[in-house]
Amino acid sequence: MATDITFNEVDYWYQAGSPYAVQALRDINLNIKPGSFTAVIGQTGSGKSTLIQHLNALLKPSSGTVTIGDRTIDATTKNKHLKPLRKKVGIVFQFPENQLFEETVLKDIAFGPQNFGVPTDEAMTLAKKMALLVGLDESLLKRSPFDLSGGQMRRVAIAGVLALEPEVLVLDEPTAGLDPRGRLEIMQLVTQLQSEQDLTIVLITHQMDDVANYADHVIVMAHGEMVKQGTPRAIFSDADWLESYQLGLPSATRFANQLIKAGFTFDPMPLTEDELADQLLPQLSKEGHDHG
Amino acid sequence: MAIIQVKNLSYKYHNSDTLAVDDVSFDIQAGDWVAIVGHNGSGKSTLAKLLIGLMPAQEGVITIDGQELSEQTVWQIREKVGMVFQNPDNQFVGATVADDVAFGMENRQVDRETMQERVTYALKQVDMLDYQQREPANLSGGQKQRVALAGVIAIAPKILILDEATSMLDPRGRREILQTIKRLKDELNLTVLSITHDIDEAASADRILVIDDGHFIEEDDPNSIFSHGSALIEMGLDVPFSEKLKLALSTRGLDVPATYQDEGSLVDWLRTLRSTK
Amino acid sequence: MDKFMFGRYIPGHSWVHKLDPRAKLVMSFMYIGVVFFANNFWTYLVMTALLLVSVLATAIPIGVFLRGLIPLFWLMIFTVLIQVFFGAGGHVYWQWGWLSVTHNGLTSAGLILMRFVLIILISTILTFSTQPLAIADGIESLLSPLRKLHFPVATLALMLSLALRFVPTLMDEAEKIMNAQRSRGVDFGAGGLRQRIKTIVPILIPLFVNAFNRAVDISTAMEARGYQDGEQRTKYRQLKWQRADTISFIVFVISLSAVIVIRYMS
Repeated sequence: MATDITFNEVDYWYQAGSPYAVQALRDINLNIKPGSFTAVIGQTGSGKSTLIQHLNALLKPSSGTVTIGDRTIDATTKNKHLKPLRKKVGIVFQFPENQLFEETVLKDIAFGPQNFGVPTDEAMTLAKKMALLVGLDESLLKRSPFDLSGGQMRRVAIAGVLALEPEVLVLDEPTAGLDPRGRLEIMQLVTQLQSEQDLTIVLITHQMDDVANYADHVIVMAHGEMVKQGTPRAIFSDADWLESYQLGLPSATRFANQLIKAGFTFDPMPLTEDELADQLLPQLSKEGHDHG
Repeated sequence: MAIIQVKNLSYKYHNSDTLAVDDVSFDIQAGDWVAIVGHNGSGKSTLAKLLIGLMPAQEGVITIDGQELSEQTVWQIREKVGMVFQNPDNQFVGATVADDVAFGMENRQVDRETMQERVTYALKQVDMLDYQQREPANLSGGQKQRVALAGVIAIAPKILILDEATSMLDPRGRREILQTIKRLKDELNLTVLSITHDIDEAASADRILVIDDGHFIEEDDPNSIFSHGSALIEMGLDVPFSEKLKLALSTRGLDVPATYQDEGSLVDWLRTLRSTK
Repeated sequence: MDKFMFGRYIPGHSWVHKLDPRAKLVMSFMYIGVVFFANNFWTYLVMTALLLVSVLATAIPIGVFLRGLIPLFWLMIFTVLIQVFFGAGGHVYWQWGWLSVTHNGLTSAGLILMRFVLIILISTILTFSTQPLAIADGIESLLSPLRKLHFPVATLALMLSLALRFVPTLMDEAEKIMNAQRSRGVDFGAGGLRQRIKTIVPILIPLFVNAFNRAVDISTAMEARGYQDGEQRTKYRQLKWQRADTISFIVFVISLSAVIVIRYMS
């Protein structure tokens, strides 16, 4: 059965009931559909990280409900029965290389499935499959994860979550701190996972170009509230509104706005350089093409 | 005269077979902003650490502001060079913002009154004066990096080295710190050496040095470097959007200029092509 | 973690908050020392009154102080029970085998409990009203005479303040690692002792590795900023003894002397 995730009037308070209680989420209503690619954007401190910890019930709503597949979680849900959810929804946290601990790459990737009762040899086979899937060379599998480069360690960590064989994969800024090549490779991996492994993807990111290129649904968070959701085109249609939340536009959209001032017209506003080029070409005079 | 002179510098980590820095030579003129780019593991950060003697080079000569780097001169040279590192948390050693800014001065045995003046001055420069009693746990990454910058300014160095100082920040933090650095460079007449993957940071430089496998493979002004288009990815840089768009247009049959154009000049060029019918 | 109030700093601007940490440290130590002289109603009355006045002067609600006692509740019960059952002498109220409840047992249990509560509360006043760093500064300053004996007071103080600086960072990191491992199916707090010990490994190793990498970074940054161990440094943060410190100090000395006097008079 495909897992979809629904938030219904979710509030979350840190240190609830103490004099130091802080509200981190306020009245969140949203739905993540199976097979979708949802991007979550918002300033640092807007509640994104608290939000994703609800996706596999690491946190339970202080009020309201979160429904993950056929399970509904509210403030009274007992911690005991939450474990199966962690297998359905895998989370790759920020700087996930910080969670590695095993002697070898393979053992580390196999750690997750073993916690869910998969026998060792089966877990190892699964681990190897996932390691190759994320593009780790076979020669690395017997090495200590701590001997690898930063980019490779991150792949190990991602493979470790994929080994749970989740239906939903949540990634919290998976490209943070990597160089441009590393960033590109990780994003290619993510799209490949969505299309080939039929995974539902939830991506937290600050990179609007990634949102424009890959997402089909966008959730905008600010001050613990979901201030908007919709398609990337709908979200990026209002530059002033985004600016008011300190969020930017994808490069292509931003550039198209400059071109509008130079007399060009676009409908709809382009989100990627290909869309921009497609709309731009008919507006250019003939001489330009002839040399081509 | 060049404020930084590096001649035939080499360095090998003891657990490695290959040289991390391989026979590197370059000069940096006072008042210049030079960016060193290269993909992760290319030897950039090693180079930065060698420059202020955090590790002794096996071969080569480093001369900073006329003084040759050696065990005897290393502390004098560190008086002239301030460095901001990648991880905002791991360089914040003070218990509060003001304490952290004072740390470098305490080491130089600056008296307390002067410290107080300079802490205020430096925090004003990076726009963090209102935060001086804050603890690091309550600051964003960008704010911590501004505090690190204030700590550098407080010791009034001639040279500022940025070792991927913006790479762990969100876009807003990155933008703000870059603006601050640009302003400080002009106001304080600094020489800036920035090790970076960030295209905007590289674009702020007067010159870019490209390093790969421990040696320099290219040195040029940003415009010439950026004209490499998609090959920039291999150099540890993003492709500027104007280059991406030109590529998209040329695959659709449009004849595009081979030289690099920033976004403004690309808009101008497209405007001249616009059909007016 | 939320409910753990013991040893925590609560920001404020009260009389006690503003006192010099050295004053607070010395007064707390004197108080704890004198607690052991208190032995009758009148001495405990003075000690309790002094404590109550101090609590009120922190402007922190008494409820928050009492919550600070909760984590130590079982320890207190345990100590009291030991005293009740094993304290011997005086009238025997109840006996069962070698267990007995006697007059002396009850009295000494009451005394122990009273001392326990007083000591915890006076230390809580110190930690609630003083930033950990200020405590470190205070200790450094109080230890500074040891410098003459070539004791590395400044280095120790710097180490202490660095450690305090990174406590929140490491707590944060531990939480992140726990979340990551929980997401990989680790069940903290489930199963028997063996199982529980097994779940600690995936937290401790990453935490240790990260802390080590952090330490390398920090020492590099410190060196780049001109720090040399053992070299003379000046100090930006300085403590200032003010009139309020003198006044508080005198109040404490008089009250505590009174306790000792009462004890030996009666």
